[in-house]
Amino acid sequence: MLLERINILKKEIIEYAYFVEGMVTKSINSLFERNTKKLIEIIENDEKYANEKEVEIEELCIQTIAQFEPKVSDLRTIIMIIKMNNDFERIADHAVNISQSSIFILKNSEIIMKEMILEIYKKTISMFKDAITSFIEQDPKLAKNVCERDDEVDDLRDEVYHNYSKIIENHPEKSLSLLSTLKICSNLERIADLSTNISEDVIFILEGKIIKHYKDIQ
Amino acid sequence: MKRRLFSFIGINFLRSSTLLSISFIFFLISIIILKGFQVINWEFITQPPKEFMTKGGIFPAIVGTFYLTFLSIIVASPIGILTGIFLVEYSRKNWFLSLIKITIGTLSGIPSIIFALFGLAIFVVLFRFGVSILSGGLTLAVMILPTIIKTTEEAIRTVPDNFREAAYALGAKKSETIIKVVLPVALPNILTGIIVSVGRAAGETAPILFTAATFYTRKLPKSIFEETMALPYHIYALMTEGTQAKSQVPIAYGTALVLLALVFLMNGFAIFIRYKMRRGKKW
Amino acid sequence: MVNERIDVKNLNLWFGENHILKNISFSIKKQNITAIIGPSGCGKTTLLRCFNRMHDLNEKVNIKGEIILDGENILSKKTDVFQLRMKVGMVFQKPNPFPKSILENILFGLKIKGIKNKEYMMQIVEEALKKAWLWDEVKDRLNKNALELSGGQQQRLCIARALATNPEVILFDEPTSALDPQSTLKIEELLLQLKKYVTVIIVTHNIGQAGRVSDFTAFLYLGELIEYGETKKMFTTPQNKKTEEYLSGRFG
Repeated sequence: MLLERINILKKEIIEYAYFVEGMVTKSINSLFERNTKKLIEIIENDEKYANEKEVEIEELCIQTIAQFEPKVSDLRTIIMIIKMNNDFERIADHAVNISQSSIFILKNSEIIMKEMILEIYKKTISMFKDAITSFIEQDPKLAKNVCERDDEVDDLRDEVYHNYSKIIENHPEKSLSLLSTLKICSNLERIADLSTNISEDVIFILEGKIIKHYKDIQ
Repeated sequence: MKRRLFSFIGINFLRSSTLLSISFIFFLISIIILKGFQVINWEFITQPPKEFMTKGGIFPAIVGTFYLTFLSIIVASPIGILTGIFLVEYSRKNWFLSLIKITIGTLSGIPSIIFALFGLAIFVVLFRFGVSILSGGLTLAVMILPTIIKTTEEAIRTVPDNFREAAYALGAKKSETIIKVVLPVALPNILTGIIVSVGRAAGETAPILFTAATFYTRKLPKSIFEETMALPYHIYALMTEGTQAKSQVPIAYGTALVLLALVFLMNGFAIFIRYKMRRGKKW
Repeated sequence: MVNERIDVKNLNLWFGENHILKNISFSIKKQNITAIIGPSGCGKTTLLRCFNRMHDLNEKVNIKGEIILDGENILSKKTDVFQLRMKVGMVFQKPNPFPKSILENILFGLKIKGIKNKEYMMQIVEEALKKAWLWDEVKDRLNKNALELSGGQQQRLCIARALATNPEVILFDEPTSALDPQSTLKIEELLLQLKKYVTVIIVTHNIGQAGRVSDFTAFLYLGELIEYGETKKMFTTPQNKKTEEYLSGRFG
């Protein structure tokens, strides 16, 4: 009964996680491969699916609460799934933003600060993957580890800003491309942030403690 | 203070009444035992009377009582049980039903001597059965009928409705439900009613007075169309028509003792059967 | 299954002068669990008993309207009520096994049906007890008196007894209200399995139970069908204000 329903919800949310992760990876890869067609796909098809999925999962969660009146850890799990569901939709949104900025860059010039973008992307996507893993494996240590890596991504994003001001002095004609590059990095950094949120929520399910803004507590 | 006094009086009133009742029964049984005991021996129970009822035994009377009782039960039980079933399960609550119930109730209150006259008029004369076991048995049957009907009614009524509902819900018809569910459950109580009636049929004097009983027969009855001796009548006859009081009175008491023992035996048997059946039913 | 639905059309029921069920119409989906809920005295059990014509036993009851099962109106006078009751079984609030052995309880329905083959009968007995999750507990003591079983076991026995006649539908009248929480849970899980074999219609005054167990819910109030629909939708966003009030526990 309730157990079956929770297992279904877990399956659905994990599938959603992988789909959204795929969107992010697809967007960065398409940028580097200079594949505008795929970027358009992300904006026109994938986003639609991501939005529908969010609604579907949310409805299912609410029905589960209404029908089964879950308590304690079951309740925490469902609430966490609702929050993660939300976060995934926002990550999908960021993937769309990255795609839009990428289309602009590809239209107008070559890619600037390619290595930096790649590094931020790698760190971000690894944080996201680990956050999901910590949920699946119920591993609070991994979740805490993810929270600690948030700083690294922040630092990288700051570096990009720094480089931006340097480059724009010497090559003012590249300003629009630079802006798009900045946007891409900001969106990646937001995705890393959301991954941290997810990890905080995992700690909530497992330890029953609401750990918001992990960094401040440490 | 007043309340305590009342309660004290009340309880002791109850206690003394109970004591009184018990003593009556105790005295009754003691007297019969004391006065009849001396006559009891193996010969008494197995031999016919000799020498004008002053010696010998009461065997024919025992046999006669058995025949009469047996016949009355065979006749009254099926009629009584079926009537009881009809009254509880099939009849509608209308004026006719009330009429039937009043009639049965009245029947159970009729003095036994009147049954005797009834039996005489109908069975002995009208049907031409004459003074015989048949007439006596049938008269006794009419007498115990209301009791059997009533106990059957009670027994069936106390079967909880959930059993009936369960049976109906499985597709059973009314008759199937009654036969397969209600009757088996009610059987111990119905049986009790019958066996208690046996005790009554064995012990009643009046109904067999003009219909079956005779003071003395040389041989045992060979058919139901013959008259017979019977225990209760024998007591009556010895005490009122006997000529040798000195030897016959003890015989009367002895007969009484045998009759009492028989009734107790039959009631004990009833309780035993009921116990055995209830152990299998337990609800 | 011949048809997919059981249709109730304009069902009205009077008990003497009292109009108990007022113009009820809805469609039950077969091989699903449909719960009938509502405050006490709203007519839930009365409605349930229409499906197996148990009201026939009561002279004062007058029924109008139709219930269509497998293309036939089971309320019509032409219907063979006894056959109907073998198709539509019932389990009652208080477990009521016959005061006979476990085996005889289950054989009862089969004997009424006229089945005589002993081997076949024993096969059905084993199947029914397995479906009711009771086989393992009683397989070694089928001849024991049914009343020696615990309350939860007795109720499962009643379910097995109903299953033995191979019904299409089983009606449950508050089947767990006389049981302890553990037995209740077991029976709820059992019901979820039963819908593979039969259509389940269950009356319950326990809203939580309706939520956990049923696919569809009918909400009755004062003899009227206020709302009927998928449980998961009704429990989150009901259409009718009364339904909302009842489900929030405001009354009843």
